[in-house]
Amino acid sequence: MFEVEAPLIAKSRKAGHFVMVKVGEKGERIPLTIADADLAKGTITLVVQKMGVSSSKLCNLAEGEFITDMVGPLGKATHIEKFGTVVCACGGVGTAPMMPIVAALKKAGNRVITVLAARNKDLIILEEQMQELSDEVIVMTDDGSYGVKGLVTNGVESVIQREKVDLCVTIGPAIMMKFVSLLTKKYEVPTLASLNTIMVDGTGMCGACRVSVGGKTRFVCIDGPEFDAHQVDFDEMLMRLGGYRDIEREDMEKMKCASGVN
Amino acid sequence: MNITEERALPWRAELRNSMKAKERTDIPRVEMPAQDPKVRCTNNEEVNYGLTAEKAMQEAKRCLDCANPTCMEGCPVGIYIPKFIKHIEKGEFLEAAKTLKETSALPAVCGRVCPQEKQCEAKCVHLKMKKESVAIGHLERFAADYERESGNISIPVVAEPNGMKIAVVGSGPAGLSFAGDMAKMGYDVTVFEALHEIGGVLKYGIPEFRLPNAFVDVEIDNLRAIGVKFITNCIIGRTITIEELKADGFKGVFVGSGAGLPRFMNIKGENLVGVMSSNEYLTRVNLMDAASPDSDTPVFLGKKVAVIGGGNTAMDSVRTAKRLGADRAIIAYRRSEEEMPARLEEVHHAKEEGIEFMTLRNPIEFIGNDQGRVTHMVLQVMELGEPDASGRRSPVEVPGKTETIEIDEAIVSVGVSPNPLIPQSVMGLEITKWGTIVVDNDTMQSAVPIVFAGGDIVRGGATVILAMGDGRKAAAAMDKWIKQGLS
Repeated sequence: MFEVEAPLIAKSRKAGHFVMVKVGEKGERIPLTIADADLAKGTITLVVQKMGVSSSKLCNLAEGEFITDMVGPLGKATHIEKFGTVVCACGGVGTAPMMPIVAALKKAGNRVITVLAARNKDLIILEEQMQELSDEVIVMTDDGSYGVKGLVTNGVESVIQREKVDLCVTIGPAIMMKFVSLLTKKYEVPTLASLNTIMVDGTGMCGACRVSVGGKTRFVCIDGPEFDAHQVDFDEMLMRLGGYRDIEREDMEKMKCASGVN
Repeated sequence: MNITEERALPWRAELRNSMKAKERTDIPRVEMPAQDPKVRCTNNEEVNYGLTAEKAMQEAKRCLDCANPTCMEGCPVGIYIPKFIKHIEKGEFLEAAKTLKETSALPAVCGRVCPQEKQCEAKCVHLKMKKESVAIGHLERFAADYERESGNISIPVVAEPNGMKIAVVGSGPAGLSFAGDMAKMGYDVTVFEALHEIGGVLKYGIPEFRLPNAFVDVEIDNLRAIGVKFITNCIIGRTITIEELKADGFKGVFVGSGAGLPRFMNIKGENLVGVMSSNEYLTRVNLMDAASPDSDTPVFLGKKVAVIGGGNTAMDSVRTAKRLGADRAIIAYRRSEEEMPARLEEVHHAKEEGIEFMTLRNPIEFIGNDQGRVTHMVLQVMELGEPDASGRRSPVEVPGKTETIEIDEAIVSVGVSPNPLIPQSVMGLEITKWGTIVVDNDTMQSAVPIVFAGGDIVRGGATVILAMGDGRKAAAAMDKWIKQGLS
């Protein structure tokens, strides 16, 4: 978790916005959704999980070091109004960008039930904060090491079967959002998914982030990042996300060799 | 002094009379020396070497120093063309560069990327005599390069600072040109750039082999030298709003936010892995330096690359692909070569480099493998029909005639729509259905009086020089508007 000094972004950001971050002169530009902001301190909070080269470089920054470039806030802010009962389904680091959405929904008078899911207990993050912000928190782990054993979808389904749900918001790995979407479609619960596609500039120029929504090509950086999950072609999105996997794997190997890690 | 008075100066008259017009027009047009095509398609260095001083002076002799220089009408920024050329003829190269800088913020850039054959050179009097036009573009490049290499870079005269703050949104050609003119008039100019590099399309779009970044940086430093400030990673309308700028004392805002979302063809398979926009491809390679091993940004290095389109961006993409090791680098264009909007020189260079031209071919489908990677492209064979709205003969399908070719990368270069960020986030602007900002044609002022705009955000998709022309026009108009408000 990072607290980054960025007073202008802290002031102008809203729930759902993201920033583009680049570490090093030859670094890659990657999108990260803003988890929180502290106006008094002029900082924003980003939560990053080590996945590939760029996220690792970011995670390897020590306190007091600088992020080379950061720009934002980008994307459309989450549409907030009083929907009624909202289930917020998040997986892994997707929990972080969900935090401001939960806070905003709650403030607008919604009953908010948050489902936190991860592979195991160690990967459950921000539980305390979510407990504070939400009316109810359901923790799910794949291995049952904490909370209820099962997938995020089991948690969401238990709520839908128990009471009327007006909206579901989901943020997490694409595959997770796909299954949440399939589930809520079955129950006809309107669902928003915050998509995390590949981006290069992030400012509406390159088109790398395009997804098919309702059969039309849309751009996540400009039209999103949130879309009606039931209209999103998640299979195509997963396919596109995997596009650079081979190159990424080679780069990771190189980085490990260079740093002497095996 | 106006151009007639300048022309009447003794040195000009003397020079003009030193040679007969017939002798001048009989000199054959200079040829630009260039890297061997076989060598250059394996490196990223600039294709053209530029003229020697001797060749430039010889070419300058061809210019007749007309009483009515029609070439200037063809220049969107109104460069004093005969004046700078006559300085070259006299061997006063630094004076020539100074003349260029009177009206152009980026002469080294324009000398390289302007479509001169459609602008100044298209109006050259030589054409009326069935001779080749004076190589104005080559001469412009020569003078700008000479000045840079001499280390004797002149700084334009700047008016007394007037303390009034002006914001520029975007650091591409429109913004830089505007910033230069406003700074010369004494304004306190700050350019806000969304990306981490200054230069806009000159950096992310146009490749190194056509426009080396180092030269763009020199022009940017020249602007810094006259007081222009640059702030990167800052999006007006997002990071800072126009209201906040106003509150901070900014008196005017010029929006030159440029091109935005790439257009796609909406055909089957277009979202397959390996199919991308030229904006994405060129941004990865140029801005992010993705082809170099120490860059973290990846790029596909296709072996059979098809680029769809016939403009300069398409040529830049296909020639980049060739340089990055493609065995086959193909242009697929739905019209014939004659209708291609690209600069003649780019098409010519591309051919020399072994780029394959598949004209009268329109892609109708991309086919992929089970991993979702593109493997084939289906092309509809076309023929030319009646002229369309653009005046070019429109392509019509030849019924039932298609071809399928094997590819591993496809780059779609069929145009862009304006950048949506500003239109989305600035209240009160009038926006067309194409997403461009509506401005007054003469003043470039938008529906929000403090906001002026120019370049691709107004035109949709245009050239570096048209964007620069807009910047100049907007600067003159904004200066007038601000001063009117003061009186």
